[in-house]
Amino acid sequence: MKQPLNQPFAVKDLFLPGLTAAWPICLGYIPIGLAFGVLAQKAGLGVVEIAMMSIFVFAGSSQFIAVSMLAAGANVVSIILTTFMVNLRHLLMSSSLAVFLHGARPAKLSLYAYGVTDESFVVNYSRFKQGDWSLNKALVVNHTANTTWILSTVAGGISGRFIPEHALGIDYALIAMFIGLLVFQCKGKKYIVTAAIAGVSAVIISLFIPGNAYIILASIIAATLGVVFKRQFR
Amino acid sequence: MLLMAGMALVTFIPRWLPLFSLTRFKLPDMMVAWLDLIPAAILSALLLPELLTMGEPRHLDLFQPKLLAAIPTFFFALKIRSFGGAVIFGMLVYWLIGKIPLIMG
Repeated sequence: MKQPLNQPFAVKDLFLPGLTAAWPICLGYIPIGLAFGVLAQKAGLGVVEIAMMSIFVFAGSSQFIAVSMLAAGANVVSIILTTFMVNLRHLLMSSSLAVFLHGARPAKLSLYAYGVTDESFVVNYSRFKQGDWSLNKALVVNHTANTTWILSTVAGGISGRFIPEHALGIDYALIAMFIGLLVFQCKGKKYIVTAAIAGVSAVIISLFIPGNAYIILASIIAATLGVVFKRQFR
Repeated sequence: MLLMAGMALVTFIPRWLPLFSLTRFKLPDMMVAWLDLIPAAILSALLLPELLTMGEPRHLDLFQPKLLAAIPTFFFALKIRSFGGAVIFGMLVYWLIGKIPLIMG
């Protein structure tokens, strides 16, 4: 059972770096979680249902979409399918993370997979790339963010009936977070060019194809062109 | 209940499958370069249609408060480099814009 390579359990080595990296995510999750809780309450979900959705699903944007679809009276199958489409992007994110996690234990990887979100991905991926990161630290980040998310969505669900709709710009929380995340991702010409191609093609595709397929289509087109562009011009 | 279970499953599988399988063998360099560009691409693909299109079926709409609020939020994120801060700032700007009936039309 003992793994000689593992450092002895230490708050300083593990939790401090993890929490330091996680706090910006938490700061972002609190308003978004509250916003989700409020919207879910308006859509008719109880506090227990909100908590369960945050624990079992833990995917901010698809939770928002699911709630708005529920409010619009969509059926279960179409909500699940939409969730799948929206979350397919994590397939690409997990693939990027896999590069740094060779030989990790399957159980730990599965636990880590549970916490892969847009936000934790951006934070953990950039730390793994810097080289000063470990799976354990990444797990601390994921679960700190996860706990914050669950608590804030529940808090939103409880206080939802006291908060009027559209108060304090809560319906803008998710968009603002995406803007922040995108700015942090664009740390070089190739990222900016790729993001520009993805954005423009997503808009064009979204005008012609209904549903959310444009997210994946545009991302694949842009990243492929980005790789080609990089090879051509270097 | 069925909804929760279904959503949980289709959320977990795309996150888990690559981590589980791709850590077993080495990816070709070109694939790694491709995957490196994916996050920026996805975020932009999520964001721009949200800001530039409206309605169902979607159509272009360049004069909406969402886009207007995105501009200061973008510069805030660029300068302050904290996405928690960007969220709070963006919400505030969007809320203030909603308070101006002239812009809302």
